[in-house]
Amino acid sequence: MTSHSNSARFSVAHPKVYDRLAPDEVLGALRRMHRIRRFEETAEDSYIRGLSYGTMHLSIGQEATAVGACMPLSDADWITSTHRGHGHCIAKGAELGPMFAEFLGREGGYCKGRGGSMHIAEPAKGNLGANGIVGGGLPIAVGAALSAKKRRTGAVALAFFGDGANNAGAFHEALNIASIWKLPVVFVCENNQYAMSMAMARSTAVANVADRASAYAIPGVIVDGNSFADVAEASFQATERARAGEGPTLIEAKTYRTRGHSRSDRNRYRAREEIEAWKARDPIARLEAEIVALGLATEPRVAAIAAEVEKEMAEAVAAASASPWPAVADVARDVYSPAERPLR
Amino acid sequence: MSNRELSYAEAIREALAIALERDDSVFLMGEDIGVYGGAFQVTGDLIERFGEERVMDTPISELGGAGVAVGAALTGMRPVYEFQFSDFSMLAMEQIVNQAAKLRYMLGGAVSVPVVFRMPTGSGLGGAAQHSQSIEAWYAHVPGLKVVEPSTPEDVKGMLLAAIKDPDPVIVLEHKLLYKMKGVTPEGYYETPLDRAVVRRGGRDLTIVATAIMVHRALEAAQILASEDIDAEVIDLRSLRPIDRAAIVGSVKRTARLLAVYEGVKTLGIGAEIAAIVAESDAFDYLDAPIVRLGGVEAPIPYSPVLEKAAVPQVEDIVAAARRLAQGEV
Repeated sequence: MTSHSNSARFSVAHPKVYDRLAPDEVLGALRRMHRIRRFEETAEDSYIRGLSYGTMHLSIGQEATAVGACMPLSDADWITSTHRGHGHCIAKGAELGPMFAEFLGREGGYCKGRGGSMHIAEPAKGNLGANGIVGGGLPIAVGAALSAKKRRTGAVALAFFGDGANNAGAFHEALNIASIWKLPVVFVCENNQYAMSMAMARSTAVANVADRASAYAIPGVIVDGNSFADVAEASFQATERARAGEGPTLIEAKTYRTRGHSRSDRNRYRAREEIEAWKARDPIARLEAEIVALGLATEPRVAAIAAEVEKEMAEAVAAASASPWPAVADVARDVYSPAERPLR
Repeated sequence: MSNRELSYAEAIREALAIALERDDSVFLMGEDIGVYGGAFQVTGDLIERFGEERVMDTPISELGGAGVAVGAALTGMRPVYEFQFSDFSMLAMEQIVNQAAKLRYMLGGAVSVPVVFRMPTGSGLGGAAQHSQSIEAWYAHVPGLKVVEPSTPEDVKGMLLAAIKDPDPVIVLEHKLLYKMKGVTPEGYYETPLDRAVVRRGGRDLTIVATAIMVHRALEAAQILASEDIDAEVIDLRSLRPIDRAAIVGSVKRTARLLAVYEGVKTLGIGAEIAAIVAESDAFDYLDAPIVRLGGVEAPIPYSPVLEKAAVPQVEDIVAAARRLAQGEV
């Protein structure tokens, strides 16, 4: 593990973040990671069985980054998410039922079926949307941070993005603006090694996304993205810095998606051995082992969480499947806000 | 009624000042809008009156800047973002079209994006191909946006105030040749609807539907035509999205002839929509002649003043087209 600028070196043996969190909070984080995993496995299964439609981007293997990064956030804080956004949405507190209904394109979904997998979000929990445009959410998060600063709400904005976005202009413009205006924003790069098929080493002129922080005079921190504790600690430090008015931080969480980019992925760009090696570093198993080793909960208590989530997911699927399809007559509803007087 | 006159630029500045004063959530963003006063001196001294927290100079980052405005709008603010030229807004097309216009819909109506994008537009100042375009039809093609093109100081003030209050993203296109044009402008706060065309001159022989600077050229043309006993009605479209179908259809039913005049490139421009509105309506049965469109030539805007003038409709072009139309030569 490496660190840049003024960030601290994180210890793997005695994760510092557990001094900040009550055991229940850690178990809550584990539960969210299980929810993400089960949601996506269920989504994948539903797709394979022909029960769902369109495309989807799975973040299986990346759960620690989504949940760890959101640990310091409340509903008053904002996130912007990506096309691979199921995890961010759940980490920010969304429920599985309306999420799965959205995945199925039903009226009961968070976006009333208008957004689908790629845009699932619950704005009431501070999620400004999962974005289908790589890099699209970064300037929006900076704008939310500007809003928080102007209104003195004390809120922070956290932008999730992938390694692919670090070569998009929006990334660079967003980091620069956030830095010159010292805005309360945290940029969280989920470096899952591949932008669709293009490996980071082929796409990016620097070795680490975090190296780019120096160009914008902000801290750049590299963490193990498969370690809940490391990601959470980095996010706590970055959000504290943001709330103190010291400006943005760039966190690069090195992780891996064990599934393909999307349904079209034939996996021609990476080796099976590589995938298996990352599967062995599973973030959920790792957190469970940590919880037990540190005595935060007993093994049966930890094991019960997976079973509880399994049941929760089954109920979510049942509720989502019972949700009606949107009315065709409403196809153009919500393009505009309700007019004060009808347009003629 | 006061007869106070303001220039178009002064009317915009007054609208911005009123909005900044009335509502703490309003703030301005844009390149060189602070001490420089804006590329066209529209914001002028606003930074002295409201400070740099509310009149924010942005780096040359149209994509990032527009995205920041979108994010601020999503979270309780009402930003007004100035592009130096509408041509530069293409760098921010992603945030305007993929984000601002769609976020409300994609999120099932759970959010709104009350952002205003101001864009100086059009030719006539020797700006050449990348500082003179009229791309209003591009934006007018996007559900989720509202697009207006006010042609008078009174309208630009009232439409800008309405745009700032509007819960959805509004693009306000400001023709550069209008900035110095003076006109009677009411004092204080008022709103001009974002969805209504206005008849600038009543007439019975043909309807000229025009936008922005073309409204003034059409009015000048109408005066010349009047001396030839051709009575042209001139409609200032003002809003491109939503477009005031009823105003166009109603007028054509009375005059039976339609001439659309606009500065954007003729093909697939706003004139195509104006023509289609009539062709699809019961006004079609009233037409005594084919519909005529006068738009920009199928070329980028050239630099040479001779060519620049030839690239977009001028008064004499409108007179000639209207004359042919009224005299049944089309």
